[in-house]
Amino acid sequence: MKHCLVVDDSSVIRKVARRILEDMSFTISEAEDGQQALRVCQDSMPDAILLDWNMPVMDGLEFLGKLRLLEGGREPKVVFCTTENDVGHIARAIRAGANEYIMKPFDREIVEAKFHEVGLI
Amino acid sequence: MTPAEYDFLRQFLKVRSGLVLSNEKQYLIESRLLPVARKAGVPSIAGLVAKLRDPRESLLADAVVEAMTTNESFFFRDKTPFEHLTQMMLPELLQKRAAQRKIRIWCAAASTGQEPYSIAMCLKEMGSKIAGWRFEIVGTDLSNDVLDRARSGVYTQFEVQRGLPIQMLLKYFTQNGDSWQISSEIRQMVQYRKMNLLDTFAGLGQFDIVFCRNVLIYFDQPTKVDVLSRVSKLLPDDGYLVLGAAETVVGLTDAFRTLPDRRGLYMTNGSAPAAAARPAAVATAAAAAPGQRFAVIGRGSA
Repeated sequence: MKHCLVVDDSSVIRKVARRILEDMSFTISEAEDGQQALRVCQDSMPDAILLDWNMPVMDGLEFLGKLRLLEGGREPKVVFCTTENDVGHIARAIRAGANEYIMKPFDREIVEAKFHEVGLI
Repeated sequence: MTPAEYDFLRQFLKVRSGLVLSNEKQYLIESRLLPVARKAGVPSIAGLVAKLRDPRESLLADAVVEAMTTNESFFFRDKTPFEHLTQMMLPELLQKRAAQRKIRIWCAAASTGQEPYSIAMCLKEMGSKIAGWRFEIVGTDLSNDVLDRARSGVYTQFEVQRGLPIQMLLKYFTQNGDSWQISSEIRQMVQYRKMNLLDTFAGLGQFDIVFCRNVLIYFDQPTKVDVLSRVSKLLPDDGYLVLGAAETVVGLTDAFRTLPDRRGLYMTNGSAPAAAARPAAVATAAAAAPGQRFAVIGRGSA
């Protein structure tokens, strides 16, 4: 089974995402901020990362920059999932190495479409 | 709704749009048509049926057909047809049409425009390979409302997230609050016309490629045979037909042949006789419904 790390400071969002991704046959780990997420990645590099932008301690963009420098850190497909819905943010995320971008609010179809887009399903 | 009312509506929709409803679509009729009934000042399906029996109610008749056939549409729906387009159909046609340098593509169920615009973006992505070529994309649909939306090229945040890669969103769309508009450069590549597939479409001229996806599944066997036969007449001997994932020409017509490893893609069969109607295990609307990602009925698209 493929491993997806869900990074979001909202437990509600993590729960919704977990339910959708488990139905898509992913095993899930969760992190509440970028720093926790980095620890998960150092321990066991996931196949996919669903990544919020605004979080305490370390935000999604900073996490992404650090992730890509880790050993094996270029491997995971990173899909941003955020309320930052403007072109400027989307472009910055893609330049920083994100593979796809979900604008909240999202639903099951969007997660499936985006994961399909990057070849995860 | 009484069985007689249901039968009336089934027959009405069949004649007007070719839409074939299976036995248990009462819920669909109620969810789609109660709003139309209320707008027309009648409180129930019974009242709506009574009005539809009056031949002077042609505007209401149009509204009923539009409500029942409106479908959700996605950019790059099913992906594969667009891979067939860029990897096979276009490279081959660029060689075969090198003298004319012109290719015409018809989207026979254009709906809100996602399919023709997906094709237009595929063409743009080919860059210098198509420099000096003329492409015409014609999108038709039986609903004016739907075509107005297609022409505007404005989509919701949800719509641009189903099937459209984020790079394409950045490249071809501009944001306006919660909505996104496809660039005028892409919009100008597509012409839209109102058209019912049950009527003649000979006036559209000849095409090299016809996309006719997720619309035949709602027609009965003789209607499918008829539409396919007439489509084949708009295509040259080396023309392409693209059908939806749950559709086939097999058992319906000899005018098209399947291509190995190219599911959903067909080529015209030269001078082979058209429309050899044989009963066959083709997808019916009822059988195809579970395969649809949304419980909807009507014209599918892009």
